[in-house]
Amino acid sequence: MGKILSEMFSAPILVRALIVGILVSLCAALLGVSLVLKRYSMIGDGLSHVGFGALAIAAVMNLAPMAVAIPVVILAAFLLLRLSSNSKIKGDSAIALISTGALAIGVMAVSMSHGVNIDLNSYLFGSIVSVSGGDVVISVILACAVLLMFVFFYTKIFAITFDESFAKATGINVNLYNMLIALLTAVTIVIGMRLMGSMLISSLIIFPALSSMRVFKSFKSVTICSAVVSVVTFVIGMIISYAADTPCGASIVCVNIAAFAGFFIAGAVVSRSK
Amino acid sequence: MALIKTEKLTLSYENMTVIENLNFEVKSGDYLCIVGENGSGKSTLVKALLGLKKPVGGSIEFGDGLIQKEIGYLPQQTSAQRDFPASVSEVVISGCLNSRGIRPFYSVKERKTAAENIERLGLTELKNRSYRELSGGQQQRVLLARALCATKKLLLLDEPVTGLDPMVTAEMYGLIEKINKSGVTVIMVTHDMASALRYASHILCLTENKDDGFFGTAAEFLESNASNFLKGGAANGQDTE
Repeated sequence: MGKILSEMFSAPILVRALIVGILVSLCAALLGVSLVLKRYSMIGDGLSHVGFGALAIAAVMNLAPMAVAIPVVILAAFLLLRLSSNSKIKGDSAIALISTGALAIGVMAVSMSHGVNIDLNSYLFGSIVSVSGGDVVISVILACAVLLMFVFFYTKIFAITFDESFAKATGINVNLYNMLIALLTAVTIVIGMRLMGSMLISSLIIFPALSSMRVFKSFKSVTICSAVVSVVTFVIGMIISYAADTPCGASIVCVNIAAFAGFFIAGAVVSRSK
Repeated sequence: MALIKTEKLTLSYENMTVIENLNFEVKSGDYLCIVGENGSGKSTLVKALLGLKKPVGGSIEFGDGLIQKEIGYLPQQTSAQRDFPASVSEVVISGCLNSRGIRPFYSVKERKTAAENIERLGLTELKNRSYRELSGGQQQRVLLARALCATKKLLLLDEPVTGLDPMVTAEMYGLIEKINKSGVTVIMVTHDMASALRYASHILCLTENKDDGFFGTAAEFLESNASNFLKGGAANGQDTE
C-alpha cells in the first residue's frame, strides 16, 4: 500500500490528477447537495453532455478546449435553469433534449474530422493524462470560490434550497444565487469531465449527497458528510485505478456505489433501531 | 394608518389581467381571509403583497412601520420539501434571514428569536428532529414558527391547512387564532369557507367577474351577494399555479 502511494506521488501526471480530482470532488459534493435537494440532479448530466460536444468541436477546429467548453457549458447551465423554472417545457425533457442533442453534435464533429486525432474514449470515460497544468490552476480558483460561497452564504444557500418562495419573500436575490450555483456547477463539470469522462462526471454531484442523506438528518451534517465522502471515495478510487490498472472515472464511481450501499444499510439499521 | 392599503390595484398573470382596481386595507390586529375560486388571482395577489410581482396599475402601501420583506410568509409546501434533510431548528432560524444583511452567521439574538418561536409553537421536543420525519401538521407548525421569526407584525399564510386531517386542521386554526390574539395581524388565503367565516374579522372575496368581488367584515360578507359562490357558484376558472 505504502509502495503504491509513494509511486503515485512520484509521477507528476498523477499528482496533478489527484489535486484536480480532490478539489473537483469537493466542489461537486457541496454543489451537489443543493442540486439534488432542489431536484436538479439531472442538470449535471445534461451539462456534461454539452461539455462533450463543446470539447469535440474545439478539438476539431483546433481551438483551446477549455476556452470553448467553459463558456458554452455556463451558457447551457443558465439555459437549463431558465427552462426548469418555465412551465412550458418541463425541466426533465428539456435536459434530455439538450444533452442528447449536444452529444450527437459532438459525435458528428469527431466523425467528420479526418486527420485529427481525437481519443473519443478518453472524452467519454475520462483519462488522467488529459489533466493539464491549466486545469490545476482553474480547479484551485474554483474550489476557493465554492468554499467561500458555502462559508459566507451558507444560511442563504440553505434557505434557497429548502424553500425558494420563502427565500424570495425575505428579500434574498434567489435568481442571483441560482445563477451563481449554475455557474460554479458548469465550471466544476468541465474541469472534472476530463478526468472522469463526460458520461461519468455527474456521479460526483449525485452520489455523495444521496449517500449522506441516507444517514444524516440535518442540512449541515449532510453537507459536511458529502464533502468528506466525495473526497475519500475519489482518493480510494484513484488508488484502485492505479493499483489494478482500471479506468479512473469508472473506478471512482464504483467506490461511490459501494459507499452508497454502505450508507443505505447504515441508514436502514439506524431507523430500525429507533 | 393601515398596515397595508391597496388602491386601484391591478395585477396580471401571463399577460392576463386577473385583478383589476382592487381596493382593500388591513389594519393592525385584523384577521383577513382571502377567498375565491381557482384562477381568481389569489396567488398573484400574494406575490404582489410580498413584492415578487409588480402591479400593472394602482398601488400597495405599507404603514405602521411594516416593511415588505418583514412579512412572515407561509408558502404552500412543495413535494421536494417533504423529505428534506434539515433539523427543525435549522428551518425555523432561516426565518431570521430577512433582518440580517450579508453577515454569514446567525447572531445570539436571532438564535434566541428562533428558540422563542420553537417554544411558542410547542416544538421544543422536536427541535433536533429531522423535518422529513415529522407529520404534515408538525411540518406546518415548523414553517409557521419560521414565518414568526421573520415578522412581529404580519403573517401571510397561503392555504395553511391543505392536506391536513380535520383534527390537525382544527389545531392549526387554534394556533393561528392564538397568534392573532397576541397582536400579530393575519392574512390567510384559503378554500375553507366555513373556517374563514368562523375565524376571520374580514373577508376579501376575489371572483373571475371583477365586479362581483367583495371586501368587508365577515358579518357583512354573509349578507352580501358575494357569498352566493359558497352555494356552488361558478368554479370553472383556471388554476393560477
